[in-house]
Amino acid sequence: MRDVAIVSFAQSNTAREDRNEVEILIPVVQEAVKRSGLPRGEIGFTCSGSSDFLQGQPFAFVMALDGVGAWPPVKESHVEMDGAWALYEAWVKIQTGEVDSALVYAFGKTSSGDVAEVQALQLDPYCVTPLWPDADSIAALQARLYLEGSARTERDLADVAVRSRRDAMDNPHAVASGATDAETLLAEPYRCSPLRDHDCPMTSDGATAMVIVAGDLATRLSERPVWIRGIDHRIDPPALGVRDLSRAPSAERAASRAGVLEAPVDFAEIDAPYTHQELILREAFGLSDGVRINPSGGSLCARTLMSSGLNRIGDAALRIARGEGDRALAHATQGPCLQQNLVCVLEGE
Amino acid sequence: MAIRCGVVGIGQTKYDAKRIDVSMPGLVREAALRALEDADLTFADVDAVVIGKAPDMFEGVMLPENYLADAVGASGKPLLRVHTAGSVGGSTAIVAMSLIQAGIHDRVLTLSWEKQSESNAMWGLTLSPPFSVAVVAGAGGYFAPLIRSYIQRSGAPEDVGIRTALKDRQNALKNPYAHLRIEGIDFDQIANSPMLWDPIRYLESCPSSDGACAMVVAREELALKAPRPPAWVLATAMRSEPNQFPGRDAVNPQAGQLAARDLYKQAGIGNPRREIDCAEIYVPFSWFEAMWMENLGFAALNEGWKMVYEGATALDGDLPVNMSGGVLSSNAIGASGMVRFAEAAMQVRRQAGEHQLDDVKIAMGHAYGGGSQYFALCLFGVEKP
Repeated sequence: MRDVAIVSFAQSNTAREDRNEVEILIPVVQEAVKRSGLPRGEIGFTCSGSSDFLQGQPFAFVMALDGVGAWPPVKESHVEMDGAWALYEAWVKIQTGEVDSALVYAFGKTSSGDVAEVQALQLDPYCVTPLWPDADSIAALQARLYLEGSARTERDLADVAVRSRRDAMDNPHAVASGATDAETLLAEPYRCSPLRDHDCPMTSDGATAMVIVAGDLATRLSERPVWIRGIDHRIDPPALGVRDLSRAPSAERAASRAGVLEAPVDFAEIDAPYTHQELILREAFGLSDGVRINPSGGSLCARTLMSSGLNRIGDAALRIARGEGDRALAHATQGPCLQQNLVCVLEGE
Repeated sequence: MAIRCGVVGIGQTKYDAKRIDVSMPGLVREAALRALEDADLTFADVDAVVIGKAPDMFEGVMLPENYLADAVGASGKPLLRVHTAGSVGGSTAIVAMSLIQAGIHDRVLTLSWEKQSESNAMWGLTLSPPFSVAVVAGAGGYFAPLIRSYIQRSGAPEDVGIRTALKDRQNALKNPYAHLRIEGIDFDQIANSPMLWDPIRYLESCPSSDGACAMVVAREELALKAPRPPAWVLATAMRSEPNQFPGRDAVNPQAGQLAARDLYKQAGIGNPRREIDCAEIYVPFSWFEAMWMENLGFAALNEGWKMVYEGATALDGDLPVNMSGGVLSSNAIGASGMVRFAEAAMQVRRQAGEHQLDDVKIAMGHAYGGGSQYFALCLFGVEKP
């Protein structure tokens, strides 16, 4: 495998944007390209992630490419997935030896509709979607199963929210943050039992972009490139009654294939939109209690659908680039109840 | 040097206006199982799955591959979903091939599908962005002006489109999977069919189909052990360009030209017309065959229509195009690009049945999408590159 590193990252997350998707995306892409030190024309491959269902019309990515710029024509692809999988496709492209660098971006404007309800359209279209279970209700089923099958309590969930919001105070891109305590949060009513508002993601509008490059180019462009030491993704069966929702076997498998267990990590950026999902994933990854989780505040404090997974990877990379850790786990998820998971291991020199 | 990759299994569903006999999982599984059977493999032999389809609105399911994970045997494995507009079937196959070429996996199942009967694709393709006026109805409304521009530039006789459609519709009669198989089709029937988007007539347009196409790709050692000869991947290329800007030539897009040039360079092809034996080209509206012949370098500028006129692209011509009947005969949108790749590979593997040509050594698969912006190309060969 070729050594591939993240050399730049940029992001934008806002609770509610007045700008359209392309307007949100362009400055983010420009910033990532500029920070990479690589002239735009020399980037070998472009790959993006987005969902037409957020924009409410087909070909969301076509308009985005017009804005990002593709002249003269570029080698380019798009996944209808979180941008983390666009990163994976770009990483594969570099592994073939055909290109040495890639621009990866993702965007989502969640505020255009009722995103929890829109996600009901992801479920079995014949038997489940007609019931219109929104995303929070589906997550609550999982939370209930998890709490009943473990020694964890609603207080543990609140503790995740308290820590995330406190850490998010240092992150200008978080849309929810602040000092609070578990007692205050637990006094609030349920949104969807056993989940309260603090257990659910603060959805946001935004975009992320990064530039990845191979081997020598990385050391030339960056003083401290962030190496992608391992990357893998897996999916679990879709039917909610088929798998044990209190576990995430695909996350376990991806982590093991990505090499997470080979050495301890200093911190982890986990794409857990709901508080209980952080606990499930933490167990799936076998992280010890000493490992710091989501120093950015995580997807709980800013969740831009289709880009929050790539955002976690970018946040982890930024932290390593700053020297605040040498080895990290970064994770992205997609689909109901942590159905699909991507894990990568990032390292500084 | 990337690892060599071969196509070892191909499966298609019967294309039809409404496959009400199967659900979405049933449809994709039909193609997947046929591809595995062709390769003498089971789902357990597959390391990863790469799925492609056009906009999710066509079925009304958001990111449907998550729901289809079990149907395509992907549970516990990596599953990728590609979406690059109409070219998606081609780009999906290319992503699957790159997983082999990069040495990440040994065998990958790739599949593209569309179940258009779940909705109405024509209106699904009629964009109505907020605060803007929707100016076209369906893909035909978008592409008709490009065809008119081509006719004006090239001075092509007005029946070029009809002749292309006649050829493809006659070819489709030899393809059991084709959606439109019109017995006794003739020139007058096409010429007299209703004009939908001048100069595109009803019978010069692709249908709306349900269908899926799957391929199993494998690395060299495993491809050599396959029960049937593999179609070797000689070269792949993808290029994209913006939808609109002043000076863009949407009739003969630069992205298509560059992709073709890149493809020929990789495969060491100097004279594509002579060295490539046949091609499956994405032709959703009849005139696009003539236009793409020029874009792909098979004909000189403004002379692509002559290939149609002289019968060069007929089954007995020097460069047969769309032996299967093409997109004009079956158009499960997301699958159509992969069908082009699969049909090209089938010619190389000599498994095209009644529409099999003699002596195919190199075959081209081509897909395009968006406003003639996205291109995905592949060359398959009998001989290992």
